[in-house]
Amino acid sequence: MTRRHLTLLCIAALALSWPWLPEFTVTLFSYIALYSLVAAGLVMLTGVGGMTSFGQAAFVAVGAYATAWICTSPTATAALGGIVPAALLPWVGLVFGLLLTFVVAWSLGAITLKLSGHYLPLCTIAWGLSLYFLFGNLEFLGGQTGITGVPALTVFGVSLASPRALGPLIWAVLLLALWALHNLLDSREGRAVRALKSGRVMAESMGVDTARYRVKVFVLAALLAAVSGWLYAHLQRFVNPTPFNINIGIEYLFMAVVGGSGHLWGAVLGATLITLVKEQLQDLLPKLLGASGNFEVIVFGLLMLFVLQRFAEGLWPTLARVAGRFLKPEPVRAAQAVAPLDSRTLPAAGELLLEADRVTKRFGGLIANNAVAMTLKAGEVHALIGPNGAGKSTFFNMISGVDDPTEGEVRLLGAAMTGKPSRDFAARGLGRTFQHVRLLGNRSVLENVALGAHRRGHRGWIASMLRLDRAEEAALLAEARRQIERCGLGAHADAPAASLALGQQRVVEIARALAGQPAALLLDEPAAGLRHLEKQALAELLSQLRAEGLGILVVEHDMEFVMNLADRITVLEFGTVIAEGTPAQVQSNPRVLDAYLGGSDDEPIAVAA
Amino acid sequence: MDLQIALLLGQDGIVNGAVYGLMALALVLVFSVTRVIFIPQGELVAFGALSMAALTAGRVPATLWLLVALAAMTLVVEAWRWKRGATVDWKSTLVWTVLFPALAAGLVLGLRPTSLALQALTTLFLITPLGPLLYRLAYRPLADATVLILLIVSVALHGVLVGLGLLFFGAEGSRTPAFSEARFDIGGVPVSGQSLVVVGVAFVLVVLMFLFFERSIVGKALRATAMNRVGARLMGIPTDLSGDLSFALSALIGAVSGLLIAPLTTVYYDTGFLIGLKGFVAAIVGGLGSYPIALLGALLVGQLEAFSSFWASAFKEVLVFTLIIPVLWWRSLRSRHVEDEE
Amino acid sequence: MTVLFELQDFSVAYGAVEAVHQVALQVNEGEIVTVIGPNGAGKTTLLCAAMGLLPSSGSLTLAGERIARPSVEAMVARGVALVPERRELFGEMSVEDNLLLGGFYRWRTGRRDQKERMEEVFAIFPRLKERRAQLSSTLSGGERQMLAIGRALMARPRLLMLDEPSLGLAPLIVREVLHVVSSLRSLGVSVLLVEQNARAALQVADRGYVLETGAVALTGPAQELLHDRRIIDTYLGLGNKSAAVAVAP
Repeated sequence: MTRRHLTLLCIAALALSWPWLPEFTVTLFSYIALYSLVAAGLVMLTGVGGMTSFGQAAFVAVGAYATAWICTSPTATAALGGIVPAALLPWVGLVFGLLLTFVVAWSLGAITLKLSGHYLPLCTIAWGLSLYFLFGNLEFLGGQTGITGVPALTVFGVSLASPRALGPLIWAVLLLALWALHNLLDSREGRAVRALKSGRVMAESMGVDTARYRVKVFVLAALLAAVSGWLYAHLQRFVNPTPFNINIGIEYLFMAVVGGSGHLWGAVLGATLITLVKEQLQDLLPKLLGASGNFEVIVFGLLMLFVLQRFAEGLWPTLARVAGRFLKPEPVRAAQAVAPLDSRTLPAAGELLLEADRVTKRFGGLIANNAVAMTLKAGEVHALIGPNGAGKSTFFNMISGVDDPTEGEVRLLGAAMTGKPSRDFAARGLGRTFQHVRLLGNRSVLENVALGAHRRGHRGWIASMLRLDRAEEAALLAEARRQIERCGLGAHADAPAASLALGQQRVVEIARALAGQPAALLLDEPAAGLRHLEKQALAELLSQLRAEGLGILVVEHDMEFVMNLADRITVLEFGTVIAEGTPAQVQSNPRVLDAYLGGSDDEPIAVAA
Repeated sequence: MDLQIALLLGQDGIVNGAVYGLMALALVLVFSVTRVIFIPQGELVAFGALSMAALTAGRVPATLWLLVALAAMTLVVEAWRWKRGATVDWKSTLVWTVLFPALAAGLVLGLRPTSLALQALTTLFLITPLGPLLYRLAYRPLADATVLILLIVSVALHGVLVGLGLLFFGAEGSRTPAFSEARFDIGGVPVSGQSLVVVGVAFVLVVLMFLFFERSIVGKALRATAMNRVGARLMGIPTDLSGDLSFALSALIGAVSGLLIAPLTTVYYDTGFLIGLKGFVAAIVGGLGSYPIALLGALLVGQLEAFSSFWASAFKEVLVFTLIIPVLWWRSLRSRHVEDEE
Repeated sequence: MTVLFELQDFSVAYGAVEAVHQVALQVNEGEIVTVIGPNGAGKTTLLCAAMGLLPSSGSLTLAGERIARPSVEAMVARGVALVPERRELFGEMSVEDNLLLGGFYRWRTGRRDQKERMEEVFAIFPRLKERRAQLSSTLSGGERQMLAIGRALMARPRLLMLDEPSLGLAPLIVREVLHVVSSLRSLGVSVLLVEQNARAALQVADRGYVLETGAVALTGPAQELLHDRRIIDTYLGLGNKSAAVAVAP
């Protein structure tokens, strides 16, 4: 049987046994599902998106309090009493909670997600605490006592008052959410979200608006937490601030990390593990230690420390590996109808693609680039060389949109690009690779290359979650496969990117750039670290691409590689262009010799006796 | 609000600010040397206060057993590492795993001090070695991990220590007798001797830290390790020991902070977390790097708390923690962090 | 001449890629030896591994003592100092503090002669003395290089290893720095100089090794190498083609 069959089997087993399970187990399972919902959001946020949050409990609180207030407060009843029948109030509570969460999450996200590195999680601790104290002190929310008398949910006239009745709905919501998230990750937008973790520069150069995507993932996780809160309120039938304190927020993160923060089912595994262990420990530890109180946190903390030191990826991957030995792989679905992708007409040979017009860059008193002028035309390979410290990387950042020149202008296909982000460069027809390969190692080569075509598709988040994007997705994957074949790596298309040799990984980066249908290709030290045969293969590929009409700019150190390949060479030294011309001209230029070999012989260094 | 009340509140703010300042000092110290955001510092403060309370009440503080247990575990870990061929500095290991615990045990069980001064000293001996031991057990194995992973470790450790705190000291709070019962009248405002002790000790500690880091070669070596680890190693600075030393100093500051607040307020097993977080807000104001600005931030937090406890006492925590958001935002604007290589 | 430092069959690998391949190299007492070669040849990797910053295989011998697993701590303890490619200065500390910390190991082992050592360094680099209270991050490139070398000299090393001191420096400063390097002999310091600037390095060195893709391609007395055409081939990627380029004799 395959993984999918096993999953369906487990779900069926749970569904069938539900009416006969003991009351206690049913309640426990309901809570596990509630926690899994929050943890799944955290998997998206932290595991996939790379943003750690300790404050999800606050959003659960928003969802819970929103519905509790709508259902019980006299003000709300007065406002809605005439319009909405009592049975529908909880649903109004859901909508209200989601709207409120959306607003709070979007605002918090817009402000705090710009915080890089470790500042973000610190911020999440802060607003987690802030909201907790707020809820505990607002009179109209019942202060520390909270709100009691929250009605049960009614669906089609059936009151879901007990855990046994509401539990199936909770599990249905969880499974639906997992399905939607899985679909999202399996789509164009999902690829973009995964790219967020490997750093802004790479994702932006593929056309992904990283700031916007980060906020969207954050809001998604918050909404999931809010739904969990809504269900919780109608399960417990009362709401107080205690379950929303910072410790629970921390526990949610623990669930995601222990389970496996990169995997959706890891959320369920983590939630199950932590909840079951907590149950046991709450009984066991006080007896063991001879004192009363909540000591489970000691064990959880130790568990976390152990997991972090030994199982950095969480427990799910290990479990999946073991199960993988007994399960068959999924059958590959045949591609159905293929939708067309955005295309552009490429410029004719000899047309001016990229122009650097007296580009100067200063860092304080240091002049890194000094009035550098350079052009790239379609159908040529232009190499930029120079000794270490010549300013090549700085210049590369200018022409790829990562940074802006202090003076001068960069023009791409005739348009001035000063102040434009690298996304716009990508949109206009620039593809690039990186000095240190930036691929998603454990994703397949196909998926990595498909990211390059991100801008050529348009299906958004909702469409992806509902599986309405399959035609476009098929087209994107077909395009990716085409580029992989073009670059000669067809045999490795489905292998994980990290399993390829460095030379091949560089070619994958080129294929990824090609998937965006660029007019100009910028390569940052593509030959670095390659062995002789790999360099030959790369040179052949680049010649072929040149023949197909692409304009290629190569920044390189490797002289042999460049001399045999380039049509024109520009030489930089101390930020200034000291030579420009054909390889033969450059090789015989005495200034170039001086720059590389150092100094001229007529002024020897005074040597001490 | 008249001037009298304002001055009283201001005084409150300064005293609290002094404690938060010490917290901020410790947090910045540990972060700058080891990149660890040491959230459990708050627990060390609480343990300091509660251990002192136990001693003044004539009981054996359970922290002694924690110390002995951690020391034993560290010895086992170091021996195991040594067998596997790693370099182990036995001199420093023995100082933390044998010398300090022995001294602490000797003082608690043998000498059974009755004077406040000796009891305070005993507390210092009890809490200070906890720092390096926790460093070696929880953080050093992950020394090359990202700041984020280290933060998660801190949170996990915080959980463990809070739980242990409940186990050791129970849910009831404690208070210790004041170091000074004096009461002064400065410009019409009553000032307690204890407040002066708090501010005075905090001031002295800050000055001592300053002298240590700015004037002594060991202090400079510690700072250098924080600035550039490779450079420090090339100078023969034992970078592993700098982790030990910074955690030891941090724990010492925590112990002193605990001693200072114990007479002022009832300390419970979980009081440390909130104090730690407020000190943390102050440290963030200083960008987790600058001591003077962190101290200013601490005073700001102290004042904000004092005045908001007067006007909107239920929301004073909300205000203090919401403050962190604009501060973090402003901070991250100023540090153009190259986030790509995380 | 006694052999101070020797590498035999010395290799350094990054995973599957061998960056340095079975290098044999020797520095005698009082000598200045240079390792030159084009960018990416493995020169920096070689030096870092020799200092114990990277794992290596093969043999490393210092003053007759075979060091089985070189570590930074072991090399520092035996009087070896490295001035790395990126200088690795303590940016927020003054020139004086940086120098002081250069003497940390001596201080720790009981030799409290930091003041005298600092005066020695100031005598070699008068510009540093002028700027002794300045923060090292505000120094110019050349001054930073001088500080890095001065800091290494505070430890009175037997062997000073320099990684591309000319990097990012204007030709005039390069000459100044390398002149200082050539004078270190009188302090009893032997030098292993890794450089991309072949001509300048060969002018101050006694002997040289040319490294190409991780292996030694040429070796010999520096004066001979200085006029060897094959070096140009190596640097300008002319490979096996005969060099049609005129070189100033």
